[in-house]
Amino acid sequence: MKPNLKIKNEEKLAFVNSSQQEVLAHVRSRFIVLSLTAALLLNLLPLQGVALLLRPDFVALVVLYWSINQPQRVGMSIAFIMGLLMDVGDASIFGQHALAYSVMTFVALLLHRRLRIFSLRKQVPQVGLLLLSAQLVMLLTGLLASAHLPGWDFLLASASGALLWPLLPALVKIPQRRKPDSNAL
Amino acid sequence: METAPQFFRHGPGPLARLVFFALLSLLLMAIDTRFKYLPEIRQTIAVAIYPLQRLAHLPTAIYDQVSGLFVSRNLVDEIAYLRQQHLADQGQLQRLLALEAENAQLRNLLEAGQRAESKTTMAEILYIPHDPFSRKAILDKGSQAGIQPGQVVVDDAGVVGQITRVYPWLSEVTLITDKDHAVPVQLVRSGLRSMVSGTGEDGTLELRYLAANADIQDGDLLVTSGIDGIYPPGLPVALVSKIESNAAYAFARITCTPAAGVNRNRQVLILSPLPPVPERPAESIETKPEDKKRGKVGIR
Repeated sequence: MKPNLKIKNEEKLAFVNSSQQEVLAHVRSRFIVLSLTAALLLNLLPLQGVALLLRPDFVALVVLYWSINQPQRVGMSIAFIMGLLMDVGDASIFGQHALAYSVMTFVALLLHRRLRIFSLRKQVPQVGLLLLSAQLVMLLTGLLASAHLPGWDFLLASASGALLWPLLPALVKIPQRRKPDSNAL
Repeated sequence: METAPQFFRHGPGPLARLVFFALLSLLLMAIDTRFKYLPEIRQTIAVAIYPLQRLAHLPTAIYDQVSGLFVSRNLVDEIAYLRQQHLADQGQLQRLLALEAENAQLRNLLEAGQRAESKTTMAEILYIPHDPFSRKAILDKGSQAGIQPGQVVVDDAGVVGQITRVYPWLSEVTLITDKDHAVPVQLVRSGLRSMVSGTGEDGTLELRYLAANADIQDGDLLVTSGIDGIYPPGLPVALVSKIESNAAYAFARITCTPAAGVNRNRQVLILSPLPPVPERPAESIETKPEDKKRGKVGIR
């Protein structure tokens, strides 16, 4: 009962606050699932060389986006589950991505109100730091398990992810904007 | 009252949840690395994301199909080239067949065991995971195609790696460049046996613990020695690319370049497992007196 009440409150507040939030308040869980699936798909693309090195962690980006904009829906449990999926997909230690995403989402949940004050462009460095925190957790756990230090270029994925951040809301909102239109028609 | 839950959300909730998830994932990691349990959970998740893995591969597959339609002009050249290649290979193969027959006969005469022939399964690399701590590749054949952990993966140039985890329709190959992977090898030129280990970086392997005065040169070819019972003997593994011998150290620093590479072609061959190595003879009572004798001889 209580979680439902919370969501309603959040939606009401969001509805009152601004028009941008009005759209987001009606996000269906279907869209969240769809965007997370799409992110997972992008992470599994067969890339090689520099493209693979620069490829941002799309799952981390989308989890971050939802935990900042829909903190009631997407929290640490979803981040954890997505992490387990990525662990199997990336053939890494079982639980490595899960821990990294949980920590990243925790920080994002703490800061989500502050983050939402800034414009998308000003969010870029902060999102970069959040993505970096996830990568550092991975680095630490990886070091514990295999004692092998990867090259510094492994951290470039955070930078590319942060640069992609301003485009992300537009991409995620594509299916959301259509919905009210079809209802109106 | 309505806004009350808003304030309480910053209470111990998130922190407690973080601690819970952190402990859970640390537990999972410990179990996965130390005890190698949990295959069922991994298998289940692997089956769940299998459609996505196939779907992600679809653009490449479509590209191959479509580009296949437009290359018909090059086909004439390619067929001519392949015919030539086939002729050359055929010549070599005939020599090989003769040698094989001769080898079998000689081994019969010497009453040595026969060399095992291996069958192969063709597989395609679906994608290469972006994991900086290990060097792996995902293949599109799994336990449904009869793949087992431990099978050796090769391409047209040499050894690619070894299957380390099998899912119903996919399998994971640990590449020879992986930090924790080693292949027993032999120098073709001098017959020197050693182990070549991965460095964790693409395109470099390392020959560790080889004496600074060992008979080794730039460009030496390393092939599998076959003494491990996993890698069939004679497969090319790497070329020696750099030798640094420093008098201050007992061992030379020898860097090698792998002969095969996952960056070159997407098709690989999975070799069937070798027949099990004969049991190590049990230490019987009879051998012990011999050892004692040898010991005495040594003392004398």
